[in-house]
Amino acid sequence: MEEIDEIVQEFLVESHENLDQLDRDLVALEREPGSRDLLGSIFRTIHTIKGTSGFLAFGKLEAVTHVGENLLARLRDGKLSMTPQTTDPLLAMVDTVRELLASIEDNGTEGDVDVSDVVERITAILDGNEAAPAPTPIAELLPEPAADPEPEPEPANVVAEPATVAEPVVEPVAAPAPVAAAPPAPPARPVPADTAEEGVTRRNVADSSIRVDVELLDTLMRLVGELVLTRNQIVRQAGDQDGLDLMRSAQRLNLIATELQEGVMKTRMQPIDHLWSKLPRVVRDLGAACGKGVKLAMVGRETELDRSLLESVKDPLTHLVRNAVDHGLETPEGRRAAGKPAEGVLTLRAYHEGGQVVVEVCDDGAGIDADKIADKALASGLRTSAQLAQMSSADILQLIFLPGFSTAQSVTNVSGRGVGMDVVKTNIESIGGTIEVESVVGRGTTCRLRIPLTLAIVPALTVECAGDRYAIPQVSLLELVALDADRAASAVEDVNGASVYRLRGALLPLVRLTDVLGVESERSDGHVLIAVLQAEGKRFGLVIDRVLSTEEIVVKPLTSRLKSLGTYSGATILGDGRVALILDVQALARRALTAEALERGAGDGGAEEQRAAGEHLRMLVAGIGGGRRVAIPLSSVTRLENIAASSVEVVGSREVVQYRGAILPLLRLDRHLGAVSERAGDDLVVVVYSAGARSVAIVVDEIIDIVDEETEVHSDIDDHGLVGSTLIRDRIVEVLDVRAAILAADPKFYSEPEVDLDLRNELQEAV
Amino acid sequence: MSTRMVTFTLDGHLYGVDVGAVQEVLRGQTRTRIPLSPRTLAGLINLRGQVLSAIDLRALLDMPARAVDTEPMLVVIRVAGEPIALLVDSIGSVVDVDADQFEPPPDTLAGVSRDLLLGAYKLEDQLLLALDVDRAVAA
Repeated sequence: MEEIDEIVQEFLVESHENLDQLDRDLVALEREPGSRDLLGSIFRTIHTIKGTSGFLAFGKLEAVTHVGENLLARLRDGKLSMTPQTTDPLLAMVDTVRELLASIEDNGTEGDVDVSDVVERITAILDGNEAAPAPTPIAELLPEPAADPEPEPEPANVVAEPATVAEPVVEPVAAPAPVAAAPPAPPARPVPADTAEEGVTRRNVADSSIRVDVELLDTLMRLVGELVLTRNQIVRQAGDQDGLDLMRSAQRLNLIATELQEGVMKTRMQPIDHLWSKLPRVVRDLGAACGKGVKLAMVGRETELDRSLLESVKDPLTHLVRNAVDHGLETPEGRRAAGKPAEGVLTLRAYHEGGQVVVEVCDDGAGIDADKIADKALASGLRTSAQLAQMSSADILQLIFLPGFSTAQSVTNVSGRGVGMDVVKTNIESIGGTIEVESVVGRGTTCRLRIPLTLAIVPALTVECAGDRYAIPQVSLLELVALDADRAASAVEDVNGASVYRLRGALLPLVRLTDVLGVESERSDGHVLIAVLQAEGKRFGLVIDRVLSTEEIVVKPLTSRLKSLGTYSGATILGDGRVALILDVQALARRALTAEALERGAGDGGAEEQRAAGEHLRMLVAGIGGGRRVAIPLSSVTRLENIAASSVEVVGSREVVQYRGAILPLLRLDRHLGAVSERAGDDLVVVVYSAGARSVAIVVDEIIDIVDEETEVHSDIDDHGLVGSTLIRDRIVEVLDVRAAILAADPKFYSEPEVDLDLRNELQEAV
Repeated sequence: MSTRMVTFTLDGHLYGVDVGAVQEVLRGQTRTRIPLSPRTLAGLINLRGQVLSAIDLRALLDMPARAVDTEPMLVVIRVAGEPIALLVDSIGSVVDVDADQFEPPPDTLAGVSRDLLLGAYKLEDQLLLALDVDRAVAA
């Protein structure tokens, strides 16, 4: 019932606005009676009211507007023209509509407002028009007198009418005098009576809410953003001085600005119920389609969030709900067998927490089995068994958000095509939100979305690096770790040039902001500050010089030229008026930690194997002559091929080979590493390595083995082209420096810096 | 047909931009440098709550860098409605120039400066080089 009321409320507000518009249009129409635009506008207004009233079952309202609409349609189409005889009933109709609306607003019903009179009058015009003997086209415009026998006490006009109209019919514009004379009278009749009661009641709905252009709200939001900045500046300056009065004023300003900011933000807020209200139907239909009984519970439907965010959450939320019904809940038989009520319960919960809106989609279904997820991830090559062994079951559950992951046993028309959860995640992350899943087998699953309240103002951590200040959005920040010089020396470990830190036992890869930005650190005391960040599902530590503070920052867009640097997501103005760049944590993560993504790209030859933090690594062992054996991390290898020696061609000083329509630079590993090939014969064994669109072919003597070994590299060999040596099956095997080898074959191979970084990571991990 | 130009100097030369394009002239703004950005971008400045990019015209015109101890001036211009700041050595004045004083860039002028200059106005004592702001900002 509550919902119905809300719809009626909206209808009333809208209709009152429409009627105001209608009045303006009618007045304007008196001045230019022939205006099709005005008639069209009036027609649309009445049509809208008619449509909604039909929908809401306000029969009288519908009847009145229906005949009114018919009359207007004829006027608009030029089949009738405006005369006082048409204007009067039209205005009477509008007034009746007002009366009806007022009654509806009063008591929710149409009351005893009599509409038959107006309906008859208009019908008479319509009929009269049709029934008119119409000897000439001109006469067609004069059926109104026929309608007049009705209770319409306006003889003066009627008399005046034929005289003026008879001639200028062709240009109705020429008849302004009578038209102008007539309307003022009729409205004068019903209106006074109406306004008296309306004036009181209408204020309740129409006057207590107004429609505001979203753009105006955006402008207000921007201005408030500026105010917040100025407030930050003043508060900071006041803190530096001793004036007590200034301090008080600053605090007051602080308070007011905060309240104002909240107030303005509220104007853009809408309850999440706007989204949820569509879901019962979705759930019902889907439950019926799947043969499942579903009870939908909603908690916290009044929770509000920014309307632009609401729009972005719509699709992900719908997807999660569909997923829960389709996959989460069991069939009634299954539920009974599990000792649960046959009807499943789907609970939507929304609440505010820590400056964010949390939206949960919970089902009491079968839950997600982490082991199944792990198996699936292994089978589809998304994770290795070694990696999975190190993950907690909660972490394993989050794998469902990886692209290409779907555990549905069968593909239904609802879900289970392996697309979906990753899209949900991407959508949520694009608005600065996060998503996580929790599940207890047999008890159910909960998907939790965390969405920022608004996008324009975000809480951020300000940090310093090489004397410059940067802002890191709090949403990506997990924790801060500060190490003094002594601890830093031992706690930050080096894996062949890549720093890692043991954060509660797990290795956290470290990225130095100074390295990323190509600047010199000003910190020389050995202290290390690590901001532990999470982005794209990966955790990493960003090493910064200094942490300054947390503050709310107003995000200012950057020019596209600066955006394309892929390092900054925006700029902001700090409390002291200086501009600080906002770090794009997602992009940083992509730049620094792309090993995994790249490997998937190259992974059609079993190259998915990738070891997590240290031990297992698959190696391709190849002979290069002279009894020497070289190990190449298999993750670098795309394909093994035999090619004819005669197919090698020379371009400039390089050897190349045509391979699958592309030209591959050729690297003879024996020459590269100073060995002498012992292979005789007219074919070459090549190892193809690809990254992105580029590939190189590495020529070896023979492929000896692929081993999955504990590799413990002794990097004491400082030989050109090698990163060290290792023991594999009791033989010393040299580990190839893939990067150097590839550069020798194709100096431009790593023209993209990301690939460069990536491979370095990979190698470091390999060693 | 006369034009009003705001003049400024760069490495001893007199340059000018149409007065209509100029929003304001500023001194001594703190600039936030942008690591990884092109050399011609001299940083971001805060102009009454608006974040503006600053273009170093010396770098853009392939001139030697400004001496460290000299503080550049900022000419804020509007290009396509968007304000952007130009770093110059010093501000001159506003001069009226006539179309008949104008000549296109000499044929011997090559490189970046040719692309960025509309031409030169022959003033009595020196040449006033008219900067093509649209190109300067796009470069």
